Amino acid sequence: MKQNRRKFIKFAGVAAAALCTAPAVAKAAGGGHAAPIMKNPKGLEAERWAMVIDTTKLKTEKDFAPLIEVCHKIHNVPQIDSNQEVKWLWTGSYDETFVEQPNPHMNEELKERSYALLCNHCENPPCVRVCPTKATFKRPDGIVAMDYHRCIGCRYCMAGCPYGSRSFNFSEPRDHFTEEELKKLNPKFPTRMRGVVEKCNFCVERLAVGERPACVEASKGAMFFGDLNDPESEVRQVLRERFTLRRKPSAGTEPSVYYII
Amino acid sequence: MHYGGKIIIGLLIFVGLLLSPFAYNALTVEASYKQPKLKLPAKEKECVESLEFMRTKHMELLDEWRDWALRDGKRVYVNHKGKEFEISLQNTCMDCHKNKAEFCDKCHADAGVSPYCWDCHIQPEGLK
Repeated sequence: MKQNRRKFIKFAGVAAAALCTAPAVAKAAGGGHAAPIMKNPKGLEAERWAMVIDTTKLKTEKDFAPLIEVCHKIHNVPQIDSNQEVKWLWTGSYDETFVEQPNPHMNEELKERSYALLCNHCENPPCVRVCPTKATFKRPDGIVAMDYHRCIGCRYCMAGCPYGSRSFNFSEPRDHFTEEELKKLNPKFPTRMRGVVEKCNFCVERLAVGERPACVEASKGAMFFGDLNDPESEVRQVLRERFTLRRKPSAGTEPSVYYII
Repeated sequence: MHYGGKIIIGLLIFVGLLLSPFAYNALTVEASYKQPKLKLPAKEKECVESLEFMRTKHMELLDEWRDWALRDGKRVYVNHKGKEFEISLQNTCMDCHKNKAEFCDKCHADAGVSPYCWDCHIQPEGLK
C-alpha cells in the first residue's frame, strides 16, 4: 500500500477518535452494575436533621452531666483535664454561647443558665469548605460528618469553625483512659488516634439503625430532634410555638441547632 | 598474570562474603515457608464472600465498606448469595473472628504488613 500524507492524516484522525470513544464504549458494553449495598430499612432518614434544646429545662451543669456522660461514653471520648481536652458535648455561659446578643441589664436567670454546646451541623459548614482532604463532609441529610481515616490533622477546620466545636487529639487518646475505662469502652464504636480532629456526629451510627441521638434520648424530652424540612416534624412544631435563638447568625453558617430561650 | 594467586584468593573471599547470607539462611532457617494456621470461627462456616475472594481481596472489600458506610450512609451489604450483612469491621467481621491476634495478625505478621485499622478500631479481645 502506498503511504502518502493524505492517508496518514486520515488514519491518525480515525485512531484518535477511537481512542476517545473506547472507554465509554467499553463501559457501556460492561453494563456497569450498581454497588451491592443498601440502607438499613429501619434507619431514620431526613432531608435536614436539626436539634432544638430547651434551655428552660436544661440549665445547670447537673442537668447536662448525664447527657455529656452518655455521649462521651458511647463514642469513647477520653476525659482530659487540660487545654488539650476532647469534647463532643459540653456547656457554656450565655456570653460564650450567644456572643452576638450580649444585651446589658439582661434577665439574671438567663445569664446564669448553662447552655449545651455541640457541633451545629451547619447548612454552610466552613469546616467542610476548608478541609484539604475532604475528611469532613456534609451528608445529604445535613449532618456534617468526619472520615477519620482521611484526616491529616491540619486543623484548618478548627480555625474555620466559628463555634469551637472541634477538638484535636494532641496525644494518643487511648493513653488517657484508665485501665478500668479501657475495659469498658463501647466495643461497637472506634476510638480515634493521635493527630486527628473529632467532633459530635449527631449520632449517625444510631440514626442508621433507627435510634435517636443519645443526648436527645437522655434529656427526657428537653431536646427535640427531627427533619427541619418536614413541616410536621417535632422540631418544626417546637420552632413554631417557642422563641428560639441560634449561635452566631451573622457568620452565615445556618446552624441546625436551636435554643429555646 | 601478575599477582594471579592473590587476585583469585581475593575474589573467592569476596564471593564467599557475598553469598554468606544465603548460606546462613539455607543452614539455619527451615527450607519451606509454612502457611500460618488461623483460628477460624466456630459458629460460622461461610464468610461474607468466598474464601478465595476474602483471601486475596479482603482489603479492597474493607476499603469499599468504609466508603459505603461512612460516605454514602449505606450500611447493609448484600453478598453474591443475597445474604445481608451490616457493614462494620468491629461489629460484623470481628463478631465471628473473635481474636485479632489469632486471625488478622497471623498472616499480616508473616507478610510484613501492618495495617493501621487497630489504631482506632477496637479489637474484640479488648485493649490493655
